[in-house]
Amino acid sequence: MNTPESARGGFCFENAIRNSVLSANGYKAPTARKTGTTIAGVVFEGGVVLGADTRATSGATVFEKNCQKIHYIADNIMCCGAGTAADTEHTTQLIASKIWLHALATRRKPRVATALSMLKHMLFRYQGYVSAALVLGGVDFHGPHLYTVYPHGSTDRLPYVSMGSGSLAAMAVFEANYKDGLTLEDAKQLVYEGISGGIFNDLGSGGNVDLCIITADGQELIRGYAKENERKYRRPGGYKFPSGTTPVVPGSEKFKEQSKDFALVTEQDGMDVSA
Amino acid sequence: MEKVIYVNETDAQRKPLLPSASSSVMSGLRLTAGVPLKDRDDSVLASAAGAPVKHTSRPIVTGSSVIAMRCKDGVVMATDTLASYGSLARFRQISRLYKATDHCVIGGGGDMSDFFELCETVRKETTLEYCYDDGHMITASAIHQMLARIMYNRRNKMDPYWNYMLVAGWQHGKPVLGYVDLVGSHFVSEVIATGYGEYLGLPLLRKAYREDITVEEGKKVLQQILTVLFYRDARTIDRIQIACVTEKGVEISEPTKLETEWSYKAFISGARASDVSTW
Amino acid sequence: MSILQPNASVRGLPNADPRVASSGFKLGEHHDPYDPLDVAHPAAPLSRHFHPYEDNGGTVLSVSGGDYTIVASDTRLGSGYSVPTRYVSRVIKLTDKAVLASSGMHTDIAILHKVLRIRLTQYRHRHRKEMSLEAISQLLSTILYYRRFQPYYTFNVLGGIDENGQGWSYGYDAIGSHEKVRAVCSGSGQYLLQPVLDNQVEFRQMAADPTRKELQLEPCVELVKDAFTSTCERDIYTGDLVEICRITAKGVEMEKFELRAD
Repeated sequence: MNTPESARGGFCFENAIRNSVLSANGYKAPTARKTGTTIAGVVFEGGVVLGADTRATSGATVFEKNCQKIHYIADNIMCCGAGTAADTEHTTQLIASKIWLHALATRRKPRVATALSMLKHMLFRYQGYVSAALVLGGVDFHGPHLYTVYPHGSTDRLPYVSMGSGSLAAMAVFEANYKDGLTLEDAKQLVYEGISGGIFNDLGSGGNVDLCIITADGQELIRGYAKENERKYRRPGGYKFPSGTTPVVPGSEKFKEQSKDFALVTEQDGMDVSA
Repeated sequence: MEKVIYVNETDAQRKPLLPSASSSVMSGLRLTAGVPLKDRDDSVLASAAGAPVKHTSRPIVTGSSVIAMRCKDGVVMATDTLASYGSLARFRQISRLYKATDHCVIGGGGDMSDFFELCETVRKETTLEYCYDDGHMITASAIHQMLARIMYNRRNKMDPYWNYMLVAGWQHGKPVLGYVDLVGSHFVSEVIATGYGEYLGLPLLRKAYREDITVEEGKKVLQQILTVLFYRDARTIDRIQIACVTEKGVEISEPTKLETEWSYKAFISGARASDVSTW
Repeated sequence: MSILQPNASVRGLPNADPRVASSGFKLGEHHDPYDPLDVAHPAAPLSRHFHPYEDNGGTVLSVSGGDYTIVASDTRLGSGYSVPTRYVSRVIKLTDKAVLASSGMHTDIAILHKVLRIRLTQYRHRHRKEMSLEAISQLLSTILYYRRFQPYYTFNVLGGIDENGQGWSYGYDAIGSHEKVRAVCSGSGQYLLQPVLDNQVEFRQMAADPTRKELQLEPCVELVKDAFTSTCERDIYTGDLVEICRITAKGVEMEKFELRAD
């Protein structure tokens, strides 16, 4: 069958042998972007509150200041992701699709445990190479559920959880302030404080606090629940670059006319870079 | 025949040490000169003749976090009383707080034998000060700085004292709190935590800190943070000591047991009872 | 220009795995569970090897105009993914006309500043005058090169006013190579900051414009504040506070300016 490769599903391993030879010869494969993160969740009487910071890092550089780490699985299930950015995004997208198909096939509202099983089966199969550390939360027929999923496929079911490089900061806040019988407002405040602890004490985490509240009535995603890191200063007057600031390379004036439509570069038109 | 150096051991334990990297082999043993006894590592012996000297070092009996807060009227510092041997909770009644002077206390984590040796070094200095009998005693800042220099000197020799220490004191009518570690890094700050405390305690310390916080409030904060550390750091136990340095002097509490909570409803039955959907 | 830039292999930062973070070791320290030296001592699972260097991050800069120099440094002390403290001063006033700012490893910065202060005091006592900026720049280079084979892991910028009243900045690598320039920066935010300085202070990549004037002191301070604010938007090792020193004929004035804390 003449199916495009990428439409067949699963991962492509056809270069695995070549790559192992290359790496044995000292070639370094490109590394994935692993982002520091604080994600967390707390169960309260009528549902679940999930939280996340919004910083994506690449080494010591901030790659994205306001990214969304709370991913959609179903209308009643959401999933926060930490670890390799691509893995968390694609894993949750894949499971969201599978959950939707499963819901259509069974004609039932998806259950959190179903998403959990799908996630852990997938992650276990890839032996930790799909490095997604997840916080899965939702409300279904059985009530509120909150789980963590580790990259190797193990899972935990707990009343309060955290993941990512800022998980210790968030967990410290939870351990210090958790109590029985939390209300929605209590739970929101607790998750906010936990994520905020990660944002200010873990360099891999930063930006705003996102919250997601899931109850039997539905879910509400609050982007920028707290914005405590807005830019504090801008230079008065800003920066001005009047027309003509950038020097024109001598001999390249003719491109100016051409570029009005679309500059076609031929061999004779080689750019003069001698200046 | 090369000169043989002996480390300070009992005669029965004595083993010959070579002064430098050398291909000589003595009764099948080749040890590295200058490496303290505890740091000797038999795997070094296996390295090929003429290979570069490997100074190996590792903490053996270790203490975990030290946490402290500088308050309006003094400094509070707290530790648990455990000295671990790897993952073994080996010594459960070790004090990791050392009263250096009437207005200075040192808290140590990392290798305990290194810490005690450093305390001895400080003791020698404070004894000397005492013997001068000039009414002056070395300040906490001076002790902090001295420790930083000792630690930096040893890291330059690639033979560190494997410790993270906090120095708290009261001097010239003001509280001081400083940090020193195995590479000689040192700073003063209003809240400091070492070991796992850096990850779990520092966020809570920063949240709790106010400029006008008192030592009595500070003690409660530290107690709560050590409870969190006990919950989450596998090398911390629920027996703690709190030191307090104020104008009146140093006060180190007797070891006390932490109050802990293990009966949240959601943990014991709540979650599991309603959850028939998964294992 | 220089060797021994702060780099990932020294700092070990790409190691952002949360599992490593929660293992209790400082991020950035090497730990290899399959290391034979570790296996040799089964009773000590906490074993690790000693690394005498650590990068505590930080960004420093020095910008000079006709009769002034601005030297600035942020105050965050980073370690792995932690911030052990938000305030350490990395700038030191050496004389009324020279200020040094250093980033890199905090412990080396501390001792380097100590050594310089001692040498300058000795000079003052011996010669009954302050050392000139030019002489300090050479002294610093010599002190750094003295430790060529166990370097101070510091990245320095020196700024001040020379004997003619002219502002100058000096940029260094870790082992004493240095250059006298108008504007220079160093440390973890170097690659974000330097192009801005090149463009805004030295007017690089811009066509000659006879009406354009050299930056005066206060507009330059505004530029420095804006540049630091932007740097800490994107560099996780820069933040919390920046100390800005104005060096003019009147002496040295320091201002503290708040940055983001996440």
